[in-house]
Amino acid sequence: MLKEVGVKDLEELLVVIPERLRLKRPLKIPSGLAAENDLSRHVESILSKNVSCKDFLNFLGAGCSQHFVPAMCDAIGQRQEFLSAYEGDTYSDLGKWQALFEFQSLLGELLSMDVVGFPGYDGASSSGFAIRMTQRITGRKEVLVPENLSPEKLSIFRNMAYDSKFVQIAYERKTGMMDLEDLKKNVSKSTSTVYFENPSFFGTIEGQGEDISEIAHSAGAQVVVAVDPLSLGVIAPPSDYGADIACGDLQPLGLHMQYGGGLAGFIASRDEQKYVAEYPSWLVSITKTTNEGEYGFGLSSSERTHYIQREKGKDFTGTGTALFGIVAGVYLALLGPKGIKAIGETILENSHYAARKLDSIQSVDLNFGQEFFKEFVVNFRPSRKNVKSVNRALLKQRIFGGYDLGNDFKELSGCALYSVTEVHAKDDIDRLVEVVKEIVKH
Amino acid sequence: MSASQRLRRYHAHVWAEPVINQLSNPGERGIIIPGEHDSKIRKLVGDPQHYIPGKMRRKNPPNLPEVSQPQALRHYLRLSEENMGIASCIGLGGGTDTVKYNPLINEELARLVADMHPLQPEETAQGILEILYKFRTFLCEISGLDEFSFQPGGGGHAIFTNACIIRKYHEDRKQLAEKNEIVTTVFSHPADAACPATAGFKVVTLYPDPVTGIPEVEALKAAVSKHTAGMMITNPEDTGIFNPQIDEFVKIVHEAGGVCSYDQANANCLLGITRAKEAGFDLCHFNIHKTFSSPHGSFGPALGAVGANRNLAKHLPVPVVAFQNGRYTLEYDRPKSIGKVKPFLGSAQIIVRAYAWTMAMGAEGLRQAAETSIVNANYLKKKILTVPGITVGYEKSDIRLDNIRFSLEKMNSDTGVGTADVMRRMVDYGLQDYHTSHHPWIIPEPFTPEPCESYSRSDIDYWVEVMRQISKEAYTDPELVKKAPHSQSIGRINEASLNSPEKWAMTWRAYLTKSGNNMQPTKT
Repeated sequence: MLKEVGVKDLEELLVVIPERLRLKRPLKIPSGLAAENDLSRHVESILSKNVSCKDFLNFLGAGCSQHFVPAMCDAIGQRQEFLSAYEGDTYSDLGKWQALFEFQSLLGELLSMDVVGFPGYDGASSSGFAIRMTQRITGRKEVLVPENLSPEKLSIFRNMAYDSKFVQIAYERKTGMMDLEDLKKNVSKSTSTVYFENPSFFGTIEGQGEDISEIAHSAGAQVVVAVDPLSLGVIAPPSDYGADIACGDLQPLGLHMQYGGGLAGFIASRDEQKYVAEYPSWLVSITKTTNEGEYGFGLSSSERTHYIQREKGKDFTGTGTALFGIVAGVYLALLGPKGIKAIGETILENSHYAARKLDSIQSVDLNFGQEFFKEFVVNFRPSRKNVKSVNRALLKQRIFGGYDLGNDFKELSGCALYSVTEVHAKDDIDRLVEVVKEIVKH
Repeated sequence: MSASQRLRRYHAHVWAEPVINQLSNPGERGIIIPGEHDSKIRKLVGDPQHYIPGKMRRKNPPNLPEVSQPQALRHYLRLSEENMGIASCIGLGGGTDTVKYNPLINEELARLVADMHPLQPEETAQGILEILYKFRTFLCEISGLDEFSFQPGGGGHAIFTNACIIRKYHEDRKQLAEKNEIVTTVFSHPADAACPATAGFKVVTLYPDPVTGIPEVEALKAAVSKHTAGMMITNPEDTGIFNPQIDEFVKIVHEAGGVCSYDQANANCLLGITRAKEAGFDLCHFNIHKTFSSPHGSFGPALGAVGANRNLAKHLPVPVVAFQNGRYTLEYDRPKSIGKVKPFLGSAQIIVRAYAWTMAMGAEGLRQAAETSIVNANYLKKKILTVPGITVGYEKSDIRLDNIRFSLEKMNSDTGVGTADVMRRMVDYGLQDYHTSHHPWIIPEPFTPEPCESYSRSDIDYWVEVMRQISKEAYTDPELVKKAPHSQSIGRINEASLNSPEKWAMTWRAYLTKSGNNMQPTKT
């Protein structure tokens, strides 16, 4: 090949890289494990030091939750046709575009919204992009967020909307819902966005969605609501209570947790130009073809994006999580309207059963009342145990206890966020409760 | 392949598969939910709806389709069959994408972390932390920089993270008000302009010298001022031309007090040959789904690893993985960090694949991958320039390192056949279509292949022969190319309606509203 190129050796091609920029020694990286068997034994031996949530009983959530993954989600997600595809256009990769259009369509039904964008990095950054969309729409920069927002998420927002002012609106200490008086006090003609989550970071259901939207809208602000898509068979979609933009994370929809690598974000809105024009991401649209009655799919209004307009495009986009969108579509197709309701109800039942049983332990309380979905706050303070020691003791019994909220919220030291889903059987919950009972006794 | 060898007469599957929403048969279900039919718990907690405030209960069920599992599987398999992907064809058309082979074993290994929670105690995650830590040391060696974060969810996200780090650096020195401009080049990835703009910087773009294809040092000097916060630059640029004065560029920006970030999204041709460190860069990023062989997944999941030198490492996102007293731990206490750009630690499964790939390659294999990519690129260039109608941008810069930006301007003016036509026609010969160019199209009627190390000489020959055949068609029967494709799953799409607010529809529900019709599909 070198001969065909017209050079004697490789060095003649490397001349474009000046000597002074060259690395003059071999890389200090182990020599290759060329045999597949040697490689898999090596990697497996390292990864065998892990424990998985299938080995231990897991009650951690806080932004990534354990759900069952239908075998078909894995089968389709592992199809080489989808897994290996990249930029291919409509004619080479029709199936990918149709599957992504279907993802948008099914999520649109769940959210009762007409426009859904391409899957993004994760729920937190999709929320950040949604906030930036509303800032461009309103021409304002002040963002009101709930006080009980994950600090990790707030940090992501601050990085994404650096020149913005973030005001944290207090939550009601009894219910975990937004303090409407504090909201009224802070909303103003400078407010671009009122952002809240349903359920909140604490798992509590925000029952005042309509009121919050009304307060925001009366000040000319936009309402962005982040939801758990898996709750939407039982909880009203945000469009029902005034959200202008809905967003969230797809991970609960048939995606393995993958040590946090299973996250994928979404953004949805009404089909109004004012919103569509502000999406940073690709949007897949259905269209017709030259054959009567045939559908085709392609990218819509890509002029918006940085791919076309560089720094004048809407923020930035790029390779995100398309395959996860396809898998989330498979998941919603398998569940259908009855399945999505059933899973919402099972999660409500299991999580409330667990909460009630834990609450029945004398020195363990439940914060924020009865209106929550999937996650709830368990207060170990009456037992004089801190969450760390409870979790350490649980770990010995092969249980991952809830997330220590004292790390992030001073007022919640001694409290842990428990996540209970459809994967937990009654026996699992009973076992947790028995072990906790023993731990707090001593 | 010899030129006389026959080109494939590929034909895609034609399933005319309805949209899934059309496949609904009331009463069908694809899966049963745990506890749904026999809930011991419901008896104890009562009606679950009771736990939702009245106003917040969902009143109307979502209009999701009702399909059985066999029907859903059939549907998605048909869609996958109508998807060429890369694995089954020669994917060297994807310039700037480094679409290389993804060994299947790495998929199996990545699945070993599928059911781990990101917050589980460190002592139960020593295996994955070890992989993250060791892969970090590989990237430190490959780049010469000192610390890495794997949080960003893609190349664009990584560039944005580096823009945030540059911002933090100047904020920390209380000079952000003045340091508000980022310099880039027009042949750097568009994200090198868009991400600093999103981070609040003004963007100054350098254009290439018309002969060399690389901006002149003088142009950079003229663009740099006391406002220069940094430079975000790709090298080799999108043309495949390596900027030999890159260290001089860095020096000029450093002298103005700026921070330099090296876009190494596709660093394939540089592995073991040249590094960010030797060129003087403070920051860099690698697209793990490109150079390090994690599959592209139809456009993600992806990962952009962000590297920093000793001075800037303190600004990287938290946490970073550390190794102390024989244990891997997560270090959060880094007060100068920019904080978070993605929840948790990023996409661990992608690092497992990349670790496995790097371990399989070893130091020699990495260098060999780079060398093979360079030979392949120049071989392709030599061969393809014998095809009538094809020229290369900045022809005086003879040697290209990874992707190469060619032009069909001559073919277009001779025949009326342009790059969009040729791209569609390629698929008829069983090839994935190609990357044209990012915008603006400085080189007219562009196409940008990247024959990285995964492609053999016969693969490249086949690709070139397809281009030769299409060129022949363009010069003899241009309509054949303009009306392409001829053997795909569907006819030509109506592109105008994709961009018309009255007609576009991003969801089936929007389509029904706008079109007012729902054709009865074949549901079997």
